[in-house]
Amino acid sequence: MHALPDATRERRVVRRGLAALAVLALVTSAAACSDDGGSGPARADVPGVTDTEILVGTHQPLTGPAAPGYSKIAKATEAYFNFVNAQGGVHGRQIKYKIMDDGYNPANTQQVVRQLVLQDRVFAILNGLGTPTHTGVLDFLKAQGVPDLFVASGSRNWNQPDKYPHTFGWQTDYTVESKVMATYIKNEHPGKKVCHFGQNDDFGADSLAGVEQILGANALAAKETYVPTNTNVAPQVGALKAAGCEVVVLATVPGFTALTLGTAARLAYRPQWVVSSVGGDYLTLSGRLGPEGTPLLEGLVSANYLPSVSQTDDPWVQLFRKVNDEYNSGVEFDGNVMYGMAVGYTFVQVLQAAGRDLTRESLIEAVERGGFKGPGLTPFRYSPTDHSGYSGVRMVVTSNGVQTPVGSVYVTDDGDGPVTEYTEPPTTPPANGVPAP
Amino acid sequence: MERFVFLTFDGLSKGAVYAAFALALVLIWRGTRIVNFAQGAMAVVTAYAAYSVTAASGSYWAGFAAALLGGLLLGALIERGVMRFVEQAPHLNAVTVGLGLVLLLQGVLGMIYGNEYRPFAAPVGQEALTVGGMPLVSPFDLFVFGTVLAVMVLLALLFTRTATGLRMRAAAFAPEVSRLLGVDVNATLTLGWALAAAVGALAGMLVIPTGLGLHPTAMDLVFVTAFTAAVVGGLDSPAGAVVGGLAVGLVLSYVSGYIGSDVTPLAVLALLLVVLLVRPGGLFAGVRARRV
Amino acid sequence: MTLLRHLAVAAVAGVALFFATYQLDPFRNYQLATAAAYLCAVAGLTVLVGQSGQLSLGHGALMAVGAYTVALLQNAYGTTGPWMLAVSLAAGALATTLVGAVIGLAAARLRGPYLAGVTLAVAVTVPAIATTFDEVFNGDQGLPVYVDPPPAALGRFFPNERWQAWLALAAALVTMVLLANLVRSRFGRTLRAVRDDEVAASLAGISVARVQVLAFVVSAACAGLGGGLLAVLAFSVSPSAFSLTLSLFLILAIVVGGLGSLAGAVWGSLLLVLLPQVTESVTDQLTLSPAVAQRLQGNLPLAIFGLTLIVVMIATPGGLQGLIRRGARALARAARGLATSLNRRKVGT
Repeated sequence: MHALPDATRERRVVRRGLAALAVLALVTSAAACSDDGGSGPARADVPGVTDTEILVGTHQPLTGPAAPGYSKIAKATEAYFNFVNAQGGVHGRQIKYKIMDDGYNPANTQQVVRQLVLQDRVFAILNGLGTPTHTGVLDFLKAQGVPDLFVASGSRNWNQPDKYPHTFGWQTDYTVESKVMATYIKNEHPGKKVCHFGQNDDFGADSLAGVEQILGANALAAKETYVPTNTNVAPQVGALKAAGCEVVVLATVPGFTALTLGTAARLAYRPQWVVSSVGGDYLTLSGRLGPEGTPLLEGLVSANYLPSVSQTDDPWVQLFRKVNDEYNSGVEFDGNVMYGMAVGYTFVQVLQAAGRDLTRESLIEAVERGGFKGPGLTPFRYSPTDHSGYSGVRMVVTSNGVQTPVGSVYVTDDGDGPVTEYTEPPTTPPANGVPAP
Repeated sequence: MERFVFLTFDGLSKGAVYAAFALALVLIWRGTRIVNFAQGAMAVVTAYAAYSVTAASGSYWAGFAAALLGGLLLGALIERGVMRFVEQAPHLNAVTVGLGLVLLLQGVLGMIYGNEYRPFAAPVGQEALTVGGMPLVSPFDLFVFGTVLAVMVLLALLFTRTATGLRMRAAAFAPEVSRLLGVDVNATLTLGWALAAAVGALAGMLVIPTGLGLHPTAMDLVFVTAFTAAVVGGLDSPAGAVVGGLAVGLVLSYVSGYIGSDVTPLAVLALLLVVLLVRPGGLFAGVRARRV
Repeated sequence: MTLLRHLAVAAVAGVALFFATYQLDPFRNYQLATAAAYLCAVAGLTVLVGQSGQLSLGHGALMAVGAYTVALLQNAYGTTGPWMLAVSLAAGALATTLVGAVIGLAAARLRGPYLAGVTLAVAVTVPAIATTFDEVFNGDQGLPVYVDPPPAALGRFFPNERWQAWLALAAALVTMVLLANLVRSRFGRTLRAVRDDEVAASLAGISVARVQVLAFVVSAACAGLGGGLLAVLAFSVSPSAFSLTLSLFLILAIVVGGLGSLAGAVWGSLLLVLLPQVTESVTDQLTLSPAVAQRLQGNLPLAIFGLTLIVVMIATPGGLQGLIRRGARALARAARGLATSLNRRKVGT
C-alpha cells in the first residue's frame, strides 16, 4: 500500500477527530436535555400524579389529511378540564392534558406515546384517536401498565379485557350502531332496496356486519367500499345507482360522506342516506359542502349516542356551550367539541370515583365498577368483563337545516343480541357542571 | 355499456387535470432538468389565494385570475429566491429543497388558514348532462377539457411561434451557446418556472372542487399521479404529458369501476412498468444516441 | 487490512454505545434504537443513490416488505427460541432482497427520473397490497408483532428499551461494517465507475446492468433489515407507517447527511429521529393564547422542519458530512500554517 501524502493523512485524521467529537457532543446533549415533568414533588410510586396535579396524555391527528374536525376534540377536552380546574379540580388536584400530534401516522404514534409514557411520565393515556394508530401502541401500554382509557374509535379492539386489561373504549362501537340503524331501516323503509358503502377497513366491515345481522346476510343489493387515499368515488356511487339502491347505509368519515353526497348529486342520484355517527354530524358536513351543497343534507338520517348540538334546550348542550364560550375561545360548537367535552366529563367522573388515594389500579377499578351517568343517551357497559363504552344510539333526522332526534334510544350488543328500546329518562348534569365525588 | 361510457368520461375528465399538471412538471424539467417536487404545494398556495379573493370579492373569476397571476409570481419568486442556489448542484439537492418547500408551504398554510377542509366552488355546475338517460359529461368537465386544451395550444404557440419561446428552448437545450448568442438564460429559467407554476395553479383550480375540499395537503396525491403520468409520456415531451395524463386517468377510472378502488395504485404501477419496459424513456421519448 | 480496520472501528463504537445505553433514559434509548434501525436502511440507500447513481423513491416500501415478513414470522414462530428473532430479521432481509431483485431487474434499463417514477409508484402500492390481501396483512389496521422480552439472564428490571437499543445497534454496526467493506472493495469501484460514466465502464468490460441490479439488491437487503427492526421496536406494523412520506424522508436523510457517505448516513438517521422532536420542543417554549396555539400546533414544527432542510441544502450542498469535510480541511490548513510559521520562527528567518 503506497503511503499517502502528508496533507491527505492530516486531513483524514482531523476529519475523523471532528466526526468523533460531533458524535460525542450529540450523544451527551441528547442525554442532557430531557423535559421536566409536572410541578410539585412527585409521588415515588404513581407516575404523573402529585399532590397538586394529574398529568394525562393523548395522541391526536392535529395535522395531515385526517386532522379536519378531529383536531378540535382534544382542545375541547382540555377546555372542560380547565373548567373543572377553575372550580378546584378533582380531590384538590388540577388536571393537565398533554396533547401530542401524530398526524394519523402509526409510526409517529409510536414515538409520541413513548415520549408521553417514558419521558413525560403521564398517569394515563386518554382518548387516543384512530384505529390503526392506537392498535399499534396497545402492547406497549400493556407492558408499561399504563391505563388506556376511552380510545377515540368505535372499533371492537378496545374491548378485550383478557388481552388488554387496561384498555377501554368509550363511544358506541360500529356494529352496535349499525344494528340500530338497520332496525330503523327495517321499520321505516320496509321492502326497499338497501345497500352499503363503507370504508375498506374494520370501520366499514363492522358496520356491514351489523346491518347484515339485522336485515339478513343476502339482503343488500350492493356493497361498495372506498379507500381514503382515492378521492374519486364516482365509480362506486355509479355502481350503487346502477343497482337501483333506494336506501344507502354509509360507513364513511365526514370528508367522504360529503364527497359521496356531492358525487351522487352530480349523477342525479338521490337515495335515502343513513350515515354512521362518525361521519353524520350536520355542522361538520355543512362546513365541507359549503352553502351550495348544504341542501343535499335534507332528509339525511344519522345516529348519535350524545345529545345533538342543535337541541338548545338540552341541559348537557347548554353546559358544554357555556364551557366552550369561556374556556375554548368560543370555537364553533359542533359534534366534535361536544364529543371532546363528554369524554372529559366521563374522565372526571372516573377520577372522582377513584378517590383521593389515586393510583393506576384504583383508576382501573373505578372504571370497571361502572355506573356512570351522562352525558350520553345510553348507559356504559363497563364491567370487569366488558371494556366497551356506550351501548346504543338514537336516530337523528335533518330537516330544515336542523338535526333533530327521532324515535327512542335503542341499545344492543355487538353480538347477536336483540335491539331493545331504552326507556330510562335522560340524565341531567350537576348544578356546577362538575361530577360529584 | 352504460357503465363503460360513464367510466370513460369520468376517466378523461380526471385525466385532463393530470395532463395539465404533468405539463407543468415537463415545462420545468425541460428548462432546468429538475423535477419540481413542490409543484403540488405551490398549486395549493395559489388555490388558497383564489379562495381568499373569491371570499372577499364574491366573484369566482376574480379568484381564478388571482390564482393564475399568483402562480406566475410564486414560480418566479421560488426560482429566484430558492431554486437558483441548487440549479448547479447535484439533482438530488433540488429534490430535497423541493420537499422542504412542501413542508414549509403546508405548515404556513395550516397556520394561516387552519387545518379544516374548505369547500371550493366550481364556476359551472357539476351535474352530469344526460343523453338518453345516461349521465355523460357535466358542464364542469367540459370546462376542464376546454381550459386544458386552451393551455396546450397557447404553450405550443408560445414555444414554436414566438421569439421568447425559441429563446427558452435554446436556453434549455444549450445554455452556454445561448449565452454566447445573447440569450439571458437566467431570465428564461425564471420565466419557465413562472409559466409552469401558472399551469400548475390552473390544474389545482380544476381538481380541488372535485375532491375532498381545499386543504394544505389537497394536491399531494395529484402530484404523485401526475408525475407518474409525465414519466409514462416521457418527461421531455409535452404531448407525452397530455397522453400520459389521459391514459392514467382512464386506467384509474376503469380499475376503480370494474375491480375496486383499493387496487388502483397497483394498476398504475403495472401501466408504468409495461410502458417503460418497452420504451425506457416514456412513450414519446426522442431517439437516443447510439450506444457503443 | 480494510476489513480489520473497519472491525476495529466498529468494536470501539460498539463499546462506546454500550456504555451510552446505560447513561440514557428509556425514551432516549428508544430513540437511539429507532435511529439505528433507520441507519440500516439509510446506509443502504446512500450507497445505492450516491455510489451507484440510481435514485429510488420507494425504499419505504422495501422496508415494509421486511417489516411484514418479520411480523408474520414472529407471530407464527416467535416463541420457539431465543434465536428466532435473528432468524426472522434475516428472513425479512432475504424477502426484501428478492423483491429488490425483481424491481432492480424491471428497472435496469431506466435512468434518472424514469427510475424515480417507477420507485415512486412502488412506494404508493404498499397500502393497496395490504388491503387487497387483507386476510394475511389485515389491511389498514396492520398486525401486531410478537417479540420475546429481554433474556431473563439480564435481570428482572432490565428496561426493554435498552434491550431494543442493543438489538438495533448490533444490526446497524454489522450493516455498516459490511457496507464499508463493499464501498472500499473492487465492487465499490465498479459502482462508482458505472455512476460516473456508463459508456466508459461498459467499454472497460463491466456489465452495467448486472452491477446496477446488484447495487439495488444490496440496498434492498439493508432496507428490509431496517424495516424488520422498526417492526420489532414498535411491536406493530401497518401500511401508513411505511407510506410515501417515509420513502421521501429517507431521501432527505441521505442528502442532508451527505450523499454517498456512510458517515453522512449516520447524521441523516439521527436527523430523522431528532429533528421532529427538536422542532416540537422549540414551539412548545412559545406561550400563546389558546386560539393561536391551536393554529400553530403541529403546523409550526412542520414549517420549521421544511425551512431547516432548505437552508441546510443551500448552505451545504455536500450535506452535513460535506460540511465536516470542509471544516476538517480548513482546520488542517490552519494547523499546517501555524506549524510552518512556528518552524520559520525557529529557524530564524
